[in-house]
Amino acid sequence: MEFLRPTSWGEALAAKADAPGAVPIAGGTDVMVELNFDKHRPEALLDLNRVGELATWSEEEDGRLRVGAAVPYARIIGELGGRLPGLAMAARTVGSPQIRNRGTVGGNLGAASPAGDSHPPLLAADAEIEVESAARGTRMIPAGEFYTGVKRSALAPDELIRAFHVRPAEGPQQFSKIGTRNAMVIAVCSFGLALHPSDQRIGTGIGSAAPTPRRAFEAEEYAAGELDWAGRSPLDERVARRFGELAARAAAPIDDVRGTAEYRLHALSVMARRTLTWAWKDYLNGGATACA
Amino acid sequence: MTMTPAKVPRELDSPLDGGVGESRRRPDGTLKVTGEFAYSSDLWLEGMLWGVTLRSPHPRARIRSIDVSEALAHPGVEAVLTHEDVPGFKFYGLEHKDQPVLAIDQVRYQGEPVALVAADHPEVARRAAAKIKVDYEVLTPITDARRAAFDPDCEKVHEDGNVVRHQPVIFGGDVAEARAGADVIVSETFEVGIQDQAFLGPESGLAVPGEDGGVDLYVATQWMHSDLWQIAPCLGLPEEKVRMTMAGVGGAFGGREDLSMQIHAAMLAMRTGKPVKIVYNREESFFGHVHRHPARMRYEYGATRDGKLVFAEAEIILDGGAYASSTPNVVGNAASLGVGPYKIPSIRVDAYGVYTNNPPCGAMRGFGAVQACFAYESMMDRMAAALGLDPVTFRQINAAHPGDALATGQVLEHMAPLAEMLGRLKAMPMPPERDAAGHDLRELPGGVSNTTHGEGVRRGVGYGVGIKNICFSEGFDDYSTARVRLSIIGGEPTVLVHTSAAEVGQGLVTLKAQIARSELGVRRVTIAPADNQVGSAGSSSASRQSYMTGGAVKVACEAVRERMFKLFEERLGRPPASLAEAVEHLPEVLGDEVIDETREFHHHRTERMDPVTGQANSHTQLAICVHRAVVDVDVELGLVKVVELAAVQDVGKIMNPLSLEGQIHGGTAQGLGLALMEEIVVADGKVRNPSFTDYLIPTILDMPPMRLDILEYADPRAPYGLRGAGEPPTLSSTPAIVAAIRDASGLALTRVPVRPEHIAGSS
Repeated sequence: MEFLRPTSWGEALAAKADAPGAVPIAGGTDVMVELNFDKHRPEALLDLNRVGELATWSEEEDGRLRVGAAVPYARIIGELGGRLPGLAMAARTVGSPQIRNRGTVGGNLGAASPAGDSHPPLLAADAEIEVESAARGTRMIPAGEFYTGVKRSALAPDELIRAFHVRPAEGPQQFSKIGTRNAMVIAVCSFGLALHPSDQRIGTGIGSAAPTPRRAFEAEEYAAGELDWAGRSPLDERVARRFGELAARAAAPIDDVRGTAEYRLHALSVMARRTLTWAWKDYLNGGATACA
Repeated sequence: MTMTPAKVPRELDSPLDGGVGESRRRPDGTLKVTGEFAYSSDLWLEGMLWGVTLRSPHPRARIRSIDVSEALAHPGVEAVLTHEDVPGFKFYGLEHKDQPVLAIDQVRYQGEPVALVAADHPEVARRAAAKIKVDYEVLTPITDARRAAFDPDCEKVHEDGNVVRHQPVIFGGDVAEARAGADVIVSETFEVGIQDQAFLGPESGLAVPGEDGGVDLYVATQWMHSDLWQIAPCLGLPEEKVRMTMAGVGGAFGGREDLSMQIHAAMLAMRTGKPVKIVYNREESFFGHVHRHPARMRYEYGATRDGKLVFAEAEIILDGGAYASSTPNVVGNAASLGVGPYKIPSIRVDAYGVYTNNPPCGAMRGFGAVQACFAYESMMDRMAAALGLDPVTFRQINAAHPGDALATGQVLEHMAPLAEMLGRLKAMPMPPERDAAGHDLRELPGGVSNTTHGEGVRRGVGYGVGIKNICFSEGFDDYSTARVRLSIIGGEPTVLVHTSAAEVGQGLVTLKAQIARSELGVRRVTIAPADNQVGSAGSSSASRQSYMTGGAVKVACEAVRERMFKLFEERLGRPPASLAEAVEHLPEVLGDEVIDETREFHHHRTERMDPVTGQANSHTQLAICVHRAVVDVDVELGLVKVVELAAVQDVGKIMNPLSLEGQIHGGTAQGLGLALMEEIVVADGKVRNPSFTDYLIPTILDMPPMRLDILEYADPRAPYGLRGAGEPPTLSSTPAIVAAIRDASGLALTRVPVRPEHIAGSS
């Protein structure tokens, strides 16, 4: 197996163009597990750790944050927790402290597992993924179009993930995840939620309950219409409950070793109801959610 | 001259003070936490080959043919072996030699070893193994243990029938008569899933061919001599040509009582004439050792209205999987301890160990007593509820005390009264109520996964009692041997303690030094690596090493002390006034001489269980632990936060408080794992979760703080009066936690582990 170590983004793109089968590696928290279990034998590994810019983030002119693909979860929590609270909450549930020091959102996107913890908050917050190839340059893929199947994404073989772009939270965000233990667990199912008060909209993301992470459009539209954005009146519990039901309806879970489809649907409805309740309460209190 | 590998355990120098009863840290503790300890997977020898095992993908199949030619032709491969290459006897096993070293004509479980490859690189060996062509005729696996046991039309896993052992226990009066006189009768069927030992150090070791045609084996095991007795016949070697050295053990919990890679590595080394190392990866490890027996248990109890149990009837079916392993003794424990430490006038227990094509099961911490404990404690709660009695009061009414007989007729002796233990447990302060305004997610069910801010959360409290036998039972003489050597090194008296006992993490290396220091009054004590140059120490299991090897070290030290005193008197013309004086004069008294004594220690005799009635004094020693669990349950999502676990345990004598508390915490955590998450999920004989991604064990956020009350009711038959302590907490924490979840949710919960979907939606 070849081990490629580009020192710049240009070199990395060239290497990927030459060897489209090369698997990019940053923290290695997913890739190395697959290798160690002999699940994959890629022709080459493309080590991105020397491409320094991938581990940086910046504020863009359009007001969005551009977060490099190799910024680890620990830094997302520490440096961006205030502005990306939903993603930071999800990041806190990833693995152990050691894993959060190494693991990255870029890696989560690259693997495109339906159980990846980053996906629901990225979907809920309308994130876009910046990908690039040497041949065709840069393109922006909305999170909702990025995931195309179980562990499959819209990324072309010669493309690399450079960053994701996302607007800092302008309203409360929440993330909730079911696991069968209280830490270090892969999602049985998860739910991300973001309030977008300026356009009186709700964003959602469902994890681990369909072949891909996906939004619950019907639930989003329903709640956006029912919520009293201007008058800021309290959430009607029936609305919260209905929102939960609609969120679960958007999922297409299976029975597997981590849980049953029936339980996943039930849990999604509860998580959706609770997260909306918390987020709306925060909204009434006039704040965005700080990362707990 | 045989080569010595790198990363073989070396002598351990213990701290210079600390005798019996004091807290002292492990002599290997710093090495372990700094990553310097040499585990068996670290073994290394220049020029060694790597061995790989080809395993069956099918739980049950006939093997029509095996073609190794392509694998053998693979560059870098030095040997490919099948059952035809086993040099000696082709079967092994702890109790029944029913397990082929390599599959012969058929496989009986998924993961059964079929062939071996040795190559110059592990990846080369793996690729070559993939080129071995095994032609399987796949058969439908036999997976229903109850059917395998009772249905005469069920196919057989082995020719001699599917029941490995049936042990009845019949005590007191006729159950049918007692049933007629009971005011209240409750019955239920319980299930226990397959728990895994989940030790962190995978099976691994190194075999080095000797110039004499023998082999040097460096392996991580629980009982070197038991390994040796199984390995030597299969290799066709006399025992003295199989030299065993204990490599660093990365946890055991029963999972290293059976052989794994030992014979395989030795076969490859003898065939190639080169050292061969085998290391399983995590996935292979799940197929490379036995697990805890899953159980299906049908119980019926009757009681009078005033709360006295009048009868108990139980059918316990333990699925032993494809090979016997230690199933017979697991059945013995489940039968003899099947109704726990309660006084019941009429008892009928039938325990069965059964062959199926499920994963082989054998020893794991608690050994048959764990499964029964979940059932009988659940029954105690159920009966208490039926009678409208407090669960602790009901247990106290029926508790067996010293002088009372267990189901086997064996009378409890020299131990704390259970009713008093329960009283102390109940009187312990309760943890504070949940802070409704509190927002530390780590204190809530779901933890930082942020599933509740208090919604759906209900608190529950539950109790559990467990009784475990200590040391081997049923007539087995599991003696231990210790060699203690006293000499003057650099002007200072120095003791070397040498045994073959396995240090599996339990702290025996710490304790041996403490005993030597107490008995001999010497500061400097060194613990020799374990090998079979000294006699058997028995197994590091059954909570027995403090008792047995502790006892052997004690008697060996006494023999050394006697000679030390005699020499003192010879040289100085008078006996020493004290041990301290004898030690003070040792340099001049001993000079260049060495006192070297080896002693065996045997526990008192036990009896085999009567095959029809189960009656016997079958156990060496009995130990009780009781737990109280306080849990917060999100009844809507089915998630659980164990808030606190409190335990009262009688240990006879506290040998090392720090180490003991660690054992109780660890045993309790393993019981928590069984209650809430740990299960090898099997479908049609195939394991669905052979990884730590999906076989979950508790983390620090799952295991709560503990309150401990440790009692010392000395057992005069045991050294220092001690009582084995490692297993009992593993029994009682599981039913206590499940009882607390029942209390919070109102659900029956008859199966462990309790999964979120079993609780969810119960609000």
